Amino acid sequence: MPIDFLYPNYEVVRDQSRCITCRVCERQCANNVHHLDKELNTMFSDESKCVNCHRCVSLCPTRALKIVKTDHTFKENANWTGEAIADVYRQAGTGGVLLASMGNPKPYPIYWDKMLINASQVTNPSIDPLREPMETKTFLGQKPSKIERDENGKLITKYKTPQLELSVPIMFSAMSYGSISYNAHESLARAASELKTFYNTGEGGLHKDFYRYGKNTIVQVASGRFGVHKGFLESCAAIEIKIGQGAKPGIGGHLPGTKIVGDISKTRMIPVGTDAISPAPHHDIYSIEDLRQLVFSLKEATEYKKPVIVKIAAVHNVAAIASGIARSGADIIAIDGYRGGTGAAPTRIRDNVGIPIELALASVDKRLRDEGIRGNVSVVIGGSIRNSADIVKAIALGADAVYIGTSALLALGCHLCRSCQSGKCNWGIATQRPELVRRLNPEIGYKRLVNLVTAWEHEIKEMMGGMGINSIEALRGNRLMLRGIGLNEKELSILGIKHAGE
Amino acid sequence: MKRIYVNEKWCLGCHLCEYYCAFANSGKDDMVKALKNITINPRIRIEEHNNISFAVSCRHCEEPLCVKSCISGALSVNDGIISINQDKCVGCFTCVLACPYGCVMPNDDGVMQKCELCTKNAGGQPYCVQGCPNKAIVFEER
Amino acid sequence: MKYVIIGNSAGAVGCVEGIRQVDKDGEITIISNEPYHTYSRPLISYLLYGKTDEQRMKYRPDSFYEDNGVKTYLGKEAVSIDKDNKKVILNDGTEICYDKLLVATGSRPFVPPMDGLDKVENKFTFMTLDDAKALEKAINKDSNVLVIGAGLIGLKCVEGICDRVKHITVMDLAERILPSILDKDGSELVRKHIEKKGVEFILGDSVAQFTSANTAVSKNGLELSFDVLVVAVGVRPNVELVKDIGGEVGRGIVTDERCRTSIPDIYAAGDCTESMDITADQMRILALLPNAYMQGETAGITMAGGTKVYDKAIPMNAIGFFGYHIITAGSYDGEEYVKKDGDSYKKLVTRDDRLVGYILIGNVERAGIYTSLIREKRPLSSIDFDLIKEKPQLMAFSKRERAKTLGGMK
Repeated sequence: MPIDFLYPNYEVVRDQSRCITCRVCERQCANNVHHLDKELNTMFSDESKCVNCHRCVSLCPTRALKIVKTDHTFKENANWTGEAIADVYRQAGTGGVLLASMGNPKPYPIYWDKMLINASQVTNPSIDPLREPMETKTFLGQKPSKIERDENGKLITKYKTPQLELSVPIMFSAMSYGSISYNAHESLARAASELKTFYNTGEGGLHKDFYRYGKNTIVQVASGRFGVHKGFLESCAAIEIKIGQGAKPGIGGHLPGTKIVGDISKTRMIPVGTDAISPAPHHDIYSIEDLRQLVFSLKEATEYKKPVIVKIAAVHNVAAIASGIARSGADIIAIDGYRGGTGAAPTRIRDNVGIPIELALASVDKRLRDEGIRGNVSVVIGGSIRNSADIVKAIALGADAVYIGTSALLALGCHLCRSCQSGKCNWGIATQRPELVRRLNPEIGYKRLVNLVTAWEHEIKEMMGGMGINSIEALRGNRLMLRGIGLNEKELSILGIKHAGE
Repeated sequence: MKRIYVNEKWCLGCHLCEYYCAFANSGKDDMVKALKNITINPRIRIEEHNNISFAVSCRHCEEPLCVKSCISGALSVNDGIISINQDKCVGCFTCVLACPYGCVMPNDDGVMQKCELCTKNAGGQPYCVQGCPNKAIVFEER
Repeated sequence: MKYVIIGNSAGAVGCVEGIRQVDKDGEITIISNEPYHTYSRPLISYLLYGKTDEQRMKYRPDSFYEDNGVKTYLGKEAVSIDKDNKKVILNDGTEICYDKLLVATGSRPFVPPMDGLDKVENKFTFMTLDDAKALEKAINKDSNVLVIGAGLIGLKCVEGICDRVKHITVMDLAERILPSILDKDGSELVRKHIEKKGVEFILGDSVAQFTSANTAVSKNGLELSFDVLVVAVGVRPNVELVKDIGGEVGRGIVTDERCRTSIPDIYAAGDCTESMDITADQMRILALLPNAYMQGETAGITMAGGTKVYDKAIPMNAIGFFGYHIITAGSYDGEEYVKKDGDSYKKLVTRDDRLVGYILIGNVERAGIYTSLIREKRPLSSIDFDLIKEKPQLMAFSKRERAKTLGGMK
């Protein structure tokens, strides 16, 4: 047997005095970490298989289990960290590209945490959301550039361009059926429907069972065009052209043939067992003019009734790209930051490509305003929105709404073990194995999503009230409500905010 | 009347219901103390086969054959809940012969036990329902 | 409405509870020749075995009659029925009028004529609480007991007194024990188990003559000495009350599926009746407590004007000896599936796509699932019979069916 250079990252610690050998850990671990030794009537674990997903920990009825990071270590080296060394061992062993999932976990700066929110004192008094009406509703889509009146001189208040009406400025970001399970999709769809917001099919088509959630569905058209047909486009509230994704800007996607089974094959409209390869670029888009053609093809196909979103990854020239998109006829731009999640991406790309969403958002909003085309589009951002404060900051920086993906999955039970690519998600989310998918009961899942967004909505109202603002649209782009902390001049200037104390 | 309903679509075969049942009826206040080194004898049981699993416990039938068949008068219906007076039971197994769902079984002392919806222990929602992680077992009025 | 019930056991109690489901106010009268609160007859062996006592073996709580508004004549015997004037006449001359009458008179031990039996002083039957009390007085640690009859009653009696006497001999004309419910192999397993307790069996033989108060000689020439004799060869239904007034009587009182006799306003339930065994399609006396209760309940509901039918009668027995359990049901004429596994024995009998009978010995877990297949005449082609053969389980039914039974789906 060749030498295994890799030492397990985690240790499964079992308090044998508490273990009642009920074997729930064994039954619930798709990685076969636990087993009962019948002779000794004792549970044992093989931590080399553990991905630290906490399924066993969460279900253990006597809390006999915990997972800890191993203290096994290489000789201290600030440059050659244990992780760097282990990656070399891995690739020397396999010769393959390292794969990873979920968002970039590296310790890059988190700008959300370097911005602080204002509150009113004495003058311009704060508003108590428990006593006063507080509006979190927002509309996404092109806005008229001037005030228009009818023949009687009355204001025309109805939008002429299609709009998405959100009761809260929070939508569920694109996650395909295939990358996540049927039950995860159902949970998202039901939650979006109850919350009067939207979820997004990702590039996997729309399962026939979910057409009934159509008015809360954004369907995605991506480079592989999987699952795109007339009924699909007509079923939805809006269409999203996916150009790029924050976790893997510049590259396409690859769902292996082994996962193209049953309903997934039908929904994607490709034969069972064929690899679903989404090319890196759209082969018909090499310019903004090409993009415009696709935008209008889709509008034409849906009789100009549905807003079209163009989603891009936050990359170096994001402001210029956004400017182009705003002129392409698209109604909404979605920008995905470098911490955005994924079901599978090459590790090096996930961890090293793209830019922080906070900076991208600030520069896009500024650029569009400078060019006088901010009203052409709404701006939606995603890529690691972790809480309601992140949302308030995003809106103050200029976003119309946010996409949440990772937070939504966390609400569904995801423990961020970052092993989606294995297809053995113990929480029934990133898997297609029926016995694992079953673990996510949408009845529970959708309520947890509704709870999360409802809780955030309350908090957003509290923070808005504190600032003396009673409408989310009045907060948009209101950068005076933000102050930086511990940021240098350049960062402050890009974010367009003052430093705390200024 | 509120009953326990099982939806096999959501059953994970984790067997936690059995352990919560055994704990609830152990009379002990701590699960470890109650179940450590014990082979449990729960009143709810999981059936498993080919990736299908579901829990089975007393249906509290409206026409309870077990009660009608009980030769000692130990089984009776009280407010719709079929309960057993273990003091009267002699362990004749006629209820085992009669129950169409196989939900009456002997306890460790040879007299019969069955699900009594946790009305004789701590009360509240039945423990199997509380212990089910996936709402495969619910306690509802239907 | 005046309801009168002759009898005070399972059929009578079923009748009271049946009447009260429909009629909360009608007057109910129970007449019984035994002076006791309703008790469970089958528990008399457990009483001797020490698993129950007189208080706990009451079939219903002390407040039963009061709770249900029942007037009782206990220790009084109904001697005749005046069907024209709708009266029951008691042995003390009391006349009790009825609008609806239930005859639940049960059965009595059958003692066959045996030469010299009158010489035996310590002879007992094993049917009632009084029988058990009398037997209990007669036995002691040094007793040698001869039990004639290796059927359900005889052997339960053996279990009851086994630890309280010196030696027990069981004699039966049949070649095997429990012939009415067990096949040869099953019978042998059970016999061996009982023999471990020191019980001696003499099978295929019978008493030719009692030569003294303590000695019997068998047909095969064995001489047996004993201190106590128990005769448990069988029972006869108490049909006379109905027969005397011209009611239709076969092996037992004939009733329809609503437990009506051939005489208007007279119903019958329990061991005194015969019912249709749906596993054999013939009228039989199914002298079993569960059947008696369900007949009584059906009669009660019908008497009170409700609707109920008793049409799923099958022979069925749960019996155990010294912790070794046996559950059987139905009839054994058909295709057999047999599995032996150590001390456990299973036989399933199928006929015309139905389970018609089974024998479980040792492992009797969830036997009711099998019983239900028989009672409900479930076509075996509608379930996974391989799974059912393995063990009784709901997995053998369709998903849809389970959604109904377990999931509450309508």
